[in-house]
Amino acid sequence: MALDEIKIGGMGARRRRVEDNRFIRGKGNYVDDIVLQGMLHMEILRSPMAHARIKSIDVSKAYEIPGVRLVLTGEMMAARNLAWMPTLSYDTQAVLATDKVRFQGQEVAAVIADDPYIAKDACQAIVVEYEALPVIVNPLQAMASDATVIRDDKENQPGNKVFDWEIGDREATDKAFAEADVISKMELHYPRSHPSPMETCGSIADFNRATGKLTVYMTSQAPHIVRAAVAMVAELPEHMIRIVSPDLGGGFGNKVPIYPGYVISILASILTERPVKWIEDKTGNLISTGFGRDVYLKGEMALRKDGKILGMRMNTISDHGAFYADAQPSKFKIGLMHSTFACYDLPAAHLTSTGYYTNKAPGGVAYRCSFRVTEAMFFQERMIHAAADDLGMDQAEFRRMNLVKDDMFPYRTAFGFLTDSGQYEKCLNVGMEAIGYSTFKQEQEEARKRGKLLGIGISTMTEPLGAGNSREYDILGIKMFDSAELRVHMTGKAILRTGAMNQGQGHQTTWAQIVAHELGIPADDITVEEGDTDTAPFGMGTYASRSTPVAGAAVAMVSRKIRAKARKIAAHLLEVSEEDIEWELGRFYVRSNKERGVTIQDCALAAYSNMPDGMEPGLENNAYYDPPNLTWPFAAYFVKVEVDAETGVWDVLNVVAVDDCGVRINPMIVEGQIMGGLTEAYAMASMQYITFDEEGNCIGSNYMDYLLPTAWETPGFELHEVVTPCPHHPIGAKGIGECATVAGPAAFVNAVVNAVSHTGVRNIDMPMMPNRVYEALTTGKDVSGMPPVRISE
Amino acid sequence: MSSLYDEVAPAPAEGVPTRRITVTVNGEPRTIDVEPRLLLAHMLRQGLKLTGTHSGCDTSNCGACTILFEGRPIKSCTMLAVQADGHSIETVEGLATSSELHPIQEGFKEEHGLHCGFCTPGMMMASKALLEKNPNPTEDEVRWALSGNLCRCTGYQNIVKSVLWAAEKMRAESN
Repeated sequence: MALDEIKIGGMGARRRRVEDNRFIRGKGNYVDDIVLQGMLHMEILRSPMAHARIKSIDVSKAYEIPGVRLVLTGEMMAARNLAWMPTLSYDTQAVLATDKVRFQGQEVAAVIADDPYIAKDACQAIVVEYEALPVIVNPLQAMASDATVIRDDKENQPGNKVFDWEIGDREATDKAFAEADVISKMELHYPRSHPSPMETCGSIADFNRATGKLTVYMTSQAPHIVRAAVAMVAELPEHMIRIVSPDLGGGFGNKVPIYPGYVISILASILTERPVKWIEDKTGNLISTGFGRDVYLKGEMALRKDGKILGMRMNTISDHGAFYADAQPSKFKIGLMHSTFACYDLPAAHLTSTGYYTNKAPGGVAYRCSFRVTEAMFFQERMIHAAADDLGMDQAEFRRMNLVKDDMFPYRTAFGFLTDSGQYEKCLNVGMEAIGYSTFKQEQEEARKRGKLLGIGISTMTEPLGAGNSREYDILGIKMFDSAELRVHMTGKAILRTGAMNQGQGHQTTWAQIVAHELGIPADDITVEEGDTDTAPFGMGTYASRSTPVAGAAVAMVSRKIRAKARKIAAHLLEVSEEDIEWELGRFYVRSNKERGVTIQDCALAAYSNMPDGMEPGLENNAYYDPPNLTWPFAAYFVKVEVDAETGVWDVLNVVAVDDCGVRINPMIVEGQIMGGLTEAYAMASMQYITFDEEGNCIGSNYMDYLLPTAWETPGFELHEVVTPCPHHPIGAKGIGECATVAGPAAFVNAVVNAVSHTGVRNIDMPMMPNRVYEALTTGKDVSGMPPVRISE
Repeated sequence: MSSLYDEVAPAPAEGVPTRRITVTVNGEPRTIDVEPRLLLAHMLRQGLKLTGTHSGCDTSNCGACTILFEGRPIKSCTMLAVQADGHSIETVEGLATSSELHPIQEGFKEEHGLHCGFCTPGMMMASKALLEKNPNPTEDEVRWALSGNLCRCTGYQNIVKSVLWAAEKMRAESN
């Protein structure tokens, strides 16, 4: 009899998480929990200045403090050719500053001591003399012809420009604009934000002189990329480097880059021949590690008066901080910004992008998104909202008219992506029904008569998740495939390892569900391991919602290889030819007699005890999966708000989220991901941003200034599901971890703008703090969070 | 010189004054020599090897280090270890017995109240304090009681459900 897939914890089961067993007991194993024999502690001295020449560094007082073992400066790093390191975007970044500091919080020196308190004391005893330089805190200042060049370390550096980039069809787009009845415009700033996982970054480097092996326990979402980078930077042989990512206390893109602290701890361990632990404090994390966003977006849309979109052009100016350290595929200078408008039938589009260096922390990481798609989709949905208003059309109907229809797949977007599946209109309808869209206009008018301002906001989008096929996607030349290795033991239990890296997504739980689905081995019989480069197969790690689309596919594929071998064993055990064998979940049987069969566990035992003549013993295999395309989930989000006209305070009344991420492996975990993402969307819309004063001081260097929503502010969420399986993914799944962070912010902004639209306001830049909303209400003018930026046409 | 963090009891550097304190941790009296400036969170983590209490932000904002001090939730990153001398504290490690989980722990697992797990011990300790005072809280009361604890993964909705699940189970058990 076939097994009940839900009972064995297969696909679709709301399986309770395996990892919870340790976390709820306080027995997680995060980097800071690890203690090695003889371990020393490292603290980093950071620059208080945003841009300054280093005149001198005096470390003598630090050495006078008992317990200090070593003080490292840029000069000492330079002597070992380690003062600079490559970034993930073919730029360089200072490990410890040698010539000058280029942002507040930059690493200047490091103390290694017997305990962290001593190391902190000793950092305070280091005397650094700085000579202040002019500070550049936004692209407008950076592009000025007389601007101080921040990256004077680079040869042939043209001012402060990082790149110019363009994509799309300029001529076709110009033609669309020439034929337009209406041209609608939008200009906005997506403010800098910090992913800010609860756990900061950290590492323990342990160099063993006797064996020559370097082991680094660290907070990395991509341990194999780190191993490759350390091999290149530190010139250690790759087989002598072991990177271990233990439990991660969240990542959200912040733990993809390689940070100076990791590199310094490695050198410190080599020099002291002791394990060296570095645990960043919260301020260090917020002011120096990978931020997200910080892009100025401007564009316009060519429209026919009946509502049909004819074309779109867009320009972005991005602020990359002092080092171009975006974590993104190397071909795409501004990530996947050109995925904008992918869910709309858009005949012509053109995008130009320019990036600038500023005296701010480096980053441009994909903060809970697939490489700048958050900015792309935010602009898209703000532009769509404005265009519908300009045309006097209903927001939902304008979208319905222009969304790609179900029968248009596969659909080639104006920027060249191939979307392959979806039921966009169905998602829109489900959301409209759930939020009560049809009666809202009446509700809004009646509320206005009572002095209440209600607003509704919609955001619909598809985004490219799961980078990606190796033709298009690589980081530093390494193709973005992923991997899985499965060993089935003789009693039918198994261990699975992948090249992904869990940081809260529940891989230990869901990967076992995929194996259970493919092989019928109960999920509870499968151990899942990730994060140790000595044991896990090579993979590109977890970010950009790529785990299920890529590593998850590899898990299915390796399971199928195991099943193919088990089939041969089954034929041998049943004494029939392989062609006469059928499979049902967990069991092979003889086609002519369903009663005659063997279980997958029987086959496992036979693989070690009774294999057919000539067959290689054992039941294990691996799979490297290079996806044929990205996966394209669809989201339709609806937000209803009430704005207080007296104060500008807005309350969320309802949030309805309709998500189509294809087949759901564990619906409970999918829903958890969506709710987490919606909260970050609400956070960015309402309060969460990192800003700087004109001297480059980071305003938002701790949780008193950098506001994150608590359980009290965060609204409740109503979730709905539509399932359109991904046509090319082996189990029909699509990415989901980031949809809500990507599509969510526009739904909140559209709702608030809708509530105040009677004043003529078209845009309020995020975060929509009460003072900004109040200003919009009282002036009737758009509220911008940006300084005036000149944007080339 | 031995390192503070190599030993079961912290052994500060030579010449650094220490104070001997006794703190009842999860019902068991623990005597330990500490530097007067040592934070309670660090005493628990490095001194007593109770690493379930996490250090998140160092500024009392995130609540990852929340423990119960004489039954009240406090942030152990902003209390000195010496201030706990003679007092009784509870940490996440004291929630379960060897054979049985606390209903709050069960609730967090049942309702998917955690992703990365970093905020979870603090969330559970704050929840324990709430449910001991108020065994039948409303959703708003739970949200308010947990408003000193940040979570970046879950969006809180399932955390609230977890606490309500535990409350129901605890009420059923006490009847």
